[in-house]
Amino acid sequence: MTLKGGGEKLPKRTDLLICLGAGCVSSGSELIKKKLEEKIREKGLENEVRIIGTGCMGPCERGPVIMIYPEGVFYQRITLEDVDTIVEQHLLKGKIVEKLLPKEELAPSIKEKEIPFFTKQKKIVLSNCGIIDPEKIEEYIAVNGYEALARVLEGMTPEQVIAEIEKSGLRGRGGAGFPTGAKWKFVRNAQGKPKFVVCNADEGDPGAFMDRAVLEGDPHAVLEGMLIAAYAVGAEQGYIYVRAEYPLAIKRLQIAIDQARKYGFLGKNILDTDFSFDIELRIGAGAFVCGEETALLASIEGKRGMPRSKPPFPATHGLWGKPTLINNVETYANVRHIILNGADWFRSFGTPSSPGTKVFALSGKVRNTGLIEVPMGDNSWRDCFRHRGRNNRR
Amino acid sequence: MKIEELRKLREKVREDLKLREGIEPRVKIIVSMGTSGIAAGAREVLKALLDEVAKRELKDVIVLQTGEKGLASAEPIVEVVTKEATITYGRVTPEIARKIVIEHVINGRVLSEYVI
Repeated sequence: MTLKGGGEKLPKRTDLLICLGAGCVSSGSELIKKKLEEKIREKGLENEVRIIGTGCMGPCERGPVIMIYPEGVFYQRITLEDVDTIVEQHLLKGKIVEKLLPKEELAPSIKEKEIPFFTKQKKIVLSNCGIIDPEKIEEYIAVNGYEALARVLEGMTPEQVIAEIEKSGLRGRGGAGFPTGAKWKFVRNAQGKPKFVVCNADEGDPGAFMDRAVLEGDPHAVLEGMLIAAYAVGAEQGYIYVRAEYPLAIKRLQIAIDQARKYGFLGKNILDTDFSFDIELRIGAGAFVCGEETALLASIEGKRGMPRSKPPFPATHGLWGKPTLINNVETYANVRHIILNGADWFRSFGTPSSPGTKVFALSGKVRNTGLIEVPMGDNSWRDCFRHRGRNNRR
Repeated sequence: MKIEELRKLREKVREDLKLREGIEPRVKIIVSMGTSGIAAGAREVLKALLDEVAKRELKDVIVLQTGEKGLASAEPIVEVVTKEATITYGRVTPEIARKIVIEHVINGRVLSEYVI
C-alpha cells in the first residue's frame, strides 16, 4: 500500500488546538473552530496556522479552551467575539491576549507548564487527550500509536504479554479493581472457542465522564489495548459496548475503527502476521444496569439486559456461552503504555498494591469542574482540588 | 501494512506533531510583528523565513513572532536566538531573511552588516 498522511509540504509555524471534548462542544467550541478557520483564511494565515480539534484537555469548567503551540499558551472561556482578537492579536501579531488567560490565585500563568491544574497531574491514559486529533489515525501513529501492538506481534508470546500485564500490577479501572493480568490468564486458559474480547464503555455513574473523555479523545488507544488483549487471550472478535448517550464517542470510535481497518490494524492478518481480530460497536439503549458485565453481555447477544448470578464467570461462560474477556475503557487504554515502557515503569506510579494512575471526573460544587489524572493513592489530586477552591461562589 | 511500513509512516507523520512537543529547538527565529513591523513588511519577511525553513527541512528551527519591539525605525526586526547568543537584525527584507536562514541559522555566520 502507499504511505499516506503527513507530508503536507506547507510550512506551518503554529498549531492551534481547540478542545472538542463533549464539555467544550456543549459550550460552543465547534462554532468557534469554524469561525477561527474562516478568520484565518480571511487573514491569509491558512498556510501558517493549523487548527486541530482535540479530545478533552481537562479544565472543562473553563471551556471552550484552546492551546497554542509551540508557545504553549492556554486560553479559556473563549467566545465567538474573542476569535477576532485571537487571530488579529496572537496569530497575526504574536501578542498574548491577556484577558483570556487563566486567573489563578497566584501570578497569572501563561503557559500550560505553569498552570497548577496541569502541573499537578500525571497523564498516562490521557497523554494524547487534548494533544492529537482523535479523528486522524496518522496523529495517533505519530505518538507511537500501534507500536505496542507491533512489538507484541513481533516478539512476544501471548504468555509473555500476560506475564508483563500481571507484573505491572494493573487492576481493572471499572471500579472493582480486579487484577487485569489474572483475568487475562483465566480467559487464555479457558476451554472453548471462539473467544471474545469486550470493552465495557457503558459508563453510567452520575457525574462520571472519564471513559467518555478517553473514547472521544484517544479512541485508538482503546482499540490497541483490545487488540493486545485479544492476542493474549486468543480471541478473533471484539465488541465495544457504548451507551447511546455518548454520540460523540460513538462517532469517533466508528471513525477510528474504520481507519484502523483501512490501515490493516483490524481484520485479517494484522500487520502481515497470522493474528486476526475485528471489533464491532454495540450501542446500549440507556439501561443503567447494562454496565454490569453479565447484563452487558446479555444485551450484546440481543437479549434483555438482566444480570445473572456468578459463577460461572464471563471468563469461562461469557458471550454465547464462550470464554469472554471484559475490561473497562481505561484499563484497555493503559495496556499500550505498559507494553511500551515496561511493568517496572508502570509500577513507579501509584501504590505497591495498585500501581499506575487514575482518571477522575471532578464535578459538583467545586470552583473548577473537569478531568484530571493522578497517581493512585497520591494525595496530590487533593491539592489539585483544593487549589481550585471549594467555594460556593464561582 | 507491515510492521516496517508502520514505522516508516511514523517517521513521516511525526514531523506534523513537532510543534506540539514542547522541545526546546536549537534556533528560534523571532519576527517582530507589531503594527509598525507589519507596516514595514514583516509579514513578507515571516513568510520568507517559513518558506526557507521548510524548504531546507530544518527540523530544529522554530519561527515565532512577537509584538512591537519599540525600535520602529529599524523594522522589520528579526531576532535569531541560540543558546550562545541573541542576534538582532533590522530593516530585514524577504531576501535578507532568506540569507539569515542560510548564512546564520545553517552556517552559523552572523550577517554583521544587517545587525542593529
